[in-house]
Amino acid sequence: MNSQLAQVHERRREIHRIERNQIGRINEQMRRLDLDRRYLENLSERTVAQQMQLDRIHERIAVLQSDFEPLAAQAAALRRQLVENRLEYSLATGQVRSITVGDLVHVYAPNQLHFLQRVVLFFQHIWSFLSEYPREANTEGGIWPAIFGTFIMTVLMSAAVTPFGVMAAIYLREYARQGLFVRAVRIAINNLAGVPSIVFGIFGLGFFVYFMGGNIDRIFFPRATEMGTPTFGTGGVLWASLTLALLTVPVVIVATEEALAAVSRGVREGSLACGASKWQTIQYLVLPAAAPGILTGLVLAMARGAGEVAPLILVGVVAFAPSLPVDGLFPFIHLERKFMHLGFHIYDLGFQSPDSEAAQPMVFATTLILILLVVALNLAAILIRNRLRRRYASQAF
Amino acid sequence: MPDPAIKTAVTPQASVTTSDVPLRADYISVRNFNFFYNGVHQVLFDLNLDIPERQVTAFIGPSGCGKSTLLRNINRMNDLIDGIRHEGDIFIDGHSIFDPDIEVISLRKRIGMVFQKSNPFPKSIYENIVYSLRVAGRHRKSELDEVVERSLHAAALWDEVKDRLHQSAFGLSGGQMQRLCIARAIANQPEIILMDEPCSALDPIATGKIEDLIHELKKQFTIVIVTHNMQQAARVSDRTAFFYLGKLIEYNSTEAIFMNPINSQTEAYVSGRFG
Ligand SMILES: Nc1ncnc2c1ncn2[C@@H]1O[C@H](COP(=O)(O)OP(=O)(O)OP(=O)(O)O)[C@@H](O)[C@H]1O
Ligand SMILES: [Mg+2]
Repeated sequence: MNSQLAQVHERRREIHRIERNQIGRINEQMRRLDLDRRYLENLSERTVAQQMQLDRIHERIAVLQSDFEPLAAQAAALRRQLVENRLEYSLATGQVRSITVGDLVHVYAPNQLHFLQRVVLFFQHIWSFLSEYPREANTEGGIWPAIFGTFIMTVLMSAAVTPFGVMAAIYLREYARQGLFVRAVRIAINNLAGVPSIVFGIFGLGFFVYFMGGNIDRIFFPRATEMGTPTFGTGGVLWASLTLALLTVPVVIVATEEALAAVSRGVREGSLACGASKWQTIQYLVLPAAAPGILTGLVLAMARGAGEVAPLILVGVVAFAPSLPVDGLFPFIHLERKFMHLGFHIYDLGFQSPDSEAAQPMVFATTLILILLVVALNLAAILIRNRLRRRYASQAF
Repeated sequence: MPDPAIKTAVTPQASVTTSDVPLRADYISVRNFNFFYNGVHQVLFDLNLDIPERQVTAFIGPSGCGKSTLLRNINRMNDLIDGIRHEGDIFIDGHSIFDPDIEVISLRKRIGMVFQKSNPFPKSIYENIVYSLRVAGRHRKSELDEVVERSLHAAALWDEVKDRLHQSAFGLSGGQMQRLCIARAIANQPEIILMDEPCSALDPIATGKIEDLIHELKKQFTIVIVTHNMQQAARVSDRTAFFYLGKLIEYNSTEAIFMNPINSQTEAYVSGRFG
């Protein structure tokens, strides 16, 4: 029995390897070639060079096709092997049921396990929940793509919001003439923090996806756009991150402004008296002294951003993404890809799945993971902040 | 009548010359200087005074009379404040500090400043001292090491901190911090040191150390010191200027100001019978 199961696992891994890696790579190339082919074939008349290009594409497609077929056949054969054995089992009531071995994931007899085995099994389950792809329309399997998507999105968002928010705060606090205009800008920033998040989603869709993405597509991917397959002109992890960055930028600006204001006048004057320029003073003294406060702002921004779902639905989150935004295919980081997100995954599991009763444990577990992820991000930032604070903390001015 | 204790403290001080070039008697020269905060609020009235090179000049006067304002004009620290305005001019070594061709940063590089409240940077002792070199783009380690040792020796702090140069400056005592600020002010070899009540937060022992230090420093630097402590002015300075309500009332050798002041207000102030 166990050897059969091991064989099943081995075959599944093999299928996964073939389909995801080898066939995936071929598909990716095919997709690009196919775009060019359709574009060239659609032209009413072709120059000689274009005709030659088209011929070359046909040849390459043929080559890829011939690579593809044996792989597909291999995968199909493996799949057949998966279902060729059946397992018959009887329930406690005496009924006899049967299942194909290929559908088995785990086989164990819970009542015969001793304590240690149960502990091991428990952690195995947690691990597979965290590390596997979802199966059966998200109701089974793991949530790894959603964890990864949330993480990547939060990191990208932080990378965008920190420089933008900090620069805005430096300008407002250190350079701008304090007057009516700056006051108005401050009020606007505070109000921005209160705008419902779905409004940011709509703005992100209009500005980032349609306007920026559309223009990027027209300039860099003209053929794909003409064929109706947008690259950046549709939701993706980049646009989602930027939308959330906009949503959280007020938090960073306010926190940074407060941190800058807390740097004492004495230190600033001392620096200027040493012959430092204003920018050197900011760079060498004010920003390092304000860093803990800036990080606090970033913590708050991440906590808000990672848990936000509504705007993401409009700018790139999906219930099931076939591939992660980061993988082994060139150029390795695919910012235009749609992605999965824990918050949306919860919604999808709890309210969109065919059997929401059955998905309930998944919903709770996923919620727990989302909360843990946010706590972990915050904890990391708090630790960094405390380290920075401790370095010169013995005296308050 | 002046306090007899002051008499014994005042000794004629010959200025120590270290080069052959004669020292200027008008190294810093303030001419018809008026100064306004918020455009209209005048705090300095038609000041004229010459501060001699490599001597200690003390500014004294009751609180609010504009001593700090004048001191902060010499390195244009007041530029930071919105709505200030001045009339007249200040010359250093014959050049106007308000000359549009002079960059305020290069002016400040020639002038060290020590503030009333010691203001070490939130950095290590070492980095505090080399700050003025770093902002001037000088990062060579051997040079920085040398400057740190020389400045700390000059500020009489070396023996106390030589084993913890790379620890935070906030771990020092108040008097040590103020001497660190002095070391920082002299690190980049300025020509002038401005001190605004450098000892007001220190105990007599730390004050004594800093006064000894000022005696040493005037061999190399032109020093202007603001102080509320009459004995201190008498002990450390060569010349003393007495200000009252933004006007220069009397300016003379310290001996003359304390022993036989011409103005009755000056006499009242230095003998502690003021107000
Ligand atoms: N930034 C400022 N804006 C407006 N007025 C100011 C400012 N700084 C100082 N003043 C005013 O200028 C006058 C002179 O102040 P200054 O600080 O030069 O006095 P001071 O002689 O140094 O006094 P103290 O001995 O108390 O330090 C005071 O009336 C003060 O209120
Ligand atoms: Mg003052």
